[in-house]
Amino acid sequence: MLRFDRVSKVYNVGSFGSDRLTAVREADFEVRRGEVVALIGESGSGKSTLGKMALRIASVSQGTITCDGTDISTLRGNRRLKDYYRRVQGVFQDPFSSYNPVFKADRVFAMVRGEYYRDVPDAQWRAKVHAALETVRLDPQQILGKYPHQLSGGQLQRLLIARALLLDIDYLVADEIISMLDASTRIDVLNLLGDLKARGLGILFITHDLALGNYISDETVIVHKGSIVERGRTEKVFGDPLHPYTKKLLSSVPQFHKKWEEVEAELKAREAADTRIRDYHLPVGQEPPAQLFEADEGHFVQPFPHGARASA
Amino acid sequence: MTAAQPLPDPLAGPEGTAAALPEAPRREALYFALRNKKLLIGSAIVGSLLLLGILAPFFFQNGPNERIAPPGLEPSAQYWFGTTQFGQDIFVQFAHGVRSTFLVGVLGGGIGAVIGMTVGFVAGYKGGWIDEILNMITNVVLVLPTLAVLLIIAAYLESRGIVMQSLFIGLTTWPWAARAIRSQALSLSSRDYVDLARLSGFRTHKIILRDIAPNMSSYLFMTFILLFGGSVLAAAGLDFVGLGPTDGMSLGLMMHQAVKWGALQLGVWWWFVPPGLGITAIVGSLYIMNVGLDEVFNPKLREM
Ligand SMILES: Nc1ncnc2c1ncn2[C@@H]1O[C@H](COP(=O)(O)OP(=O)(O)OP(=O)(O)O)[C@@H](O)[C@H]1O
Ligand SMILES: [Mg+2]
Repeated sequence: MLRFDRVSKVYNVGSFGSDRLTAVREADFEVRRGEVVALIGESGSGKSTLGKMALRIASVSQGTITCDGTDISTLRGNRRLKDYYRRVQGVFQDPFSSYNPVFKADRVFAMVRGEYYRDVPDAQWRAKVHAALETVRLDPQQILGKYPHQLSGGQLQRLLIARALLLDIDYLVADEIISMLDASTRIDVLNLLGDLKARGLGILFITHDLALGNYISDETVIVHKGSIVERGRTEKVFGDPLHPYTKKLLSSVPQFHKKWEEVEAELKAREAADTRIRDYHLPVGQEPPAQLFEADEGHFVQPFPHGARASA
Repeated sequence: MTAAQPLPDPLAGPEGTAAALPEAPRREALYFALRNKKLLIGSAIVGSLLLLGILAPFFFQNGPNERIAPPGLEPSAQYWFGTTQFGQDIFVQFAHGVRSTFLVGVLGGGIGAVIGMTVGFVAGYKGGWIDEILNMITNVVLVLPTLAVLLIIAAYLESRGIVMQSLFIGLTTWPWAARAIRSQALSLSSRDYVDLARLSGFRTHKIILRDIAPNMSSYLFMTFILLFGGSVLAAAGLDFVGLGPTDGMSLGLMMHQAVKWGALQLGVWWWFVPPGLGITAIVGSLYIMNVGLDEVFNPKLREM
């Protein structure tokens, strides 16, 4: 289990680190093996930051991330880190900057081989690479021996997925891995993630695309400005959204037959009609706490004032 | 020779997958290097001067300071570069001068480059308190009154050789290089591919050597060339104030002597032109080589 325990991330920004930016505030959730957790939120909400902390690329400012019980910030030394990366891998959001431009794209495979599969004979390694490329629907002849700038974003991204699959991982942090793909490869990659899940992988699927999140995930975590506002089983979060931000997010998926103004008016009317005070409602003006309220079994929501509408 | 053959076409068949093996990129770099005019011309000039500096002094029995000929002769078949006002063979001086110039450049520039790069890379990649400490050391060396220190050292040393001179130059000229490399390394360390290298289990020094440095290889070579040129000029400057090698000859010393004994006013152009051209040719060809190397190592430039 990859567990985030009240994890915060504060960046020092501005000259001389004079300003502090809280990118993630007391995030609390977990990714279990054999499960896909969709991390959904708008741009700048802190999704990638959460992923990078799980990969130990960004440090944790407060709280702990544990992987099967081990606090990952205690993993010191190359040996232990390597063991961690053998089990936990990631695919970054921007495929273009994930490649060192002076080397061929397939160097990402060679790097994994050099560190983890030194003793594997050439032929066997080649077969392994080809098999990994096969699973992401890439033609080895078209990919190998090319420079990153000679490949498309989608190809580069799938190459990175293939790279992560070379190791026998237990957890995968997938940051917007679908965004660059066209519809047909998108389905292939989604199916691949389904296979991986069936094989027992835990996947943190970061996206801003609600439909994708709904399609693939078992659990959904909605983040807004660094805080988790709602999380739970995907069918509950999507079927019965509680937080105004989630509601707004769900209704802002473009619909063919409606203009946004209509949708917004409907949303407001529904909000106004619902006069019941819930347990997770706060007095107006009170700051929402970071701790979520369990509104329903396994369905958590950040308390908010009654009648509040999330600001855009 | 493998480099003369065309590159294996990645589309051609199973050989294409050989690119996944580590040797391939090196062979490819060699392939482009042998076809790069700038690199070839630059290395030809540097190579022949180097050869001259290494070999020529063995063919002349007399040293560079020996007065063996009539003074002030123009270049001729016997004295290729003519003679000085004191009857020294300028060609012999030139050959010895080129030799020591290379020595000062390589040693001084090399020491400076090694220190500057190590400090710059570690400071830029590691950041935090390590960066601050290294920055402080860099600044201290930067404001060190070099000449005064050298005067003090010179007072304690019996004799000074070119190696001592290079060592001193190398130990004092690296700060600007460290700063320049630090800022480059700092910006490169935040790239995603550095993070990917970490995810692949690379250690810090491996990330610096394999991922960050190759991205600034021409910048690094440029730094070395500038340090090389700087060392050559610094050595000439030290020679001028009487802190040069107690015996021996350098291109800087030749120019200094030429100017000192009025070669300019007397129109003895063959005295000051060879050392001047020599320094210019060495530093200039290194620069041309650098531009060529940039094209070899940057796959995007190759296609232009
Ligand atoms: N290295 C950094 N230094 C300072 N601030 C950062 C850094 N990385 C991210 N941030 C800030 O943290 C916040 C969250 O960034 P993050 O990349 O996690 O967002 P995101 O949810 O992934 O957005 P997107 O959907 O656009 O990828 C942003 O305000 C961003 O400016
Ligand atoms: Mg992101």
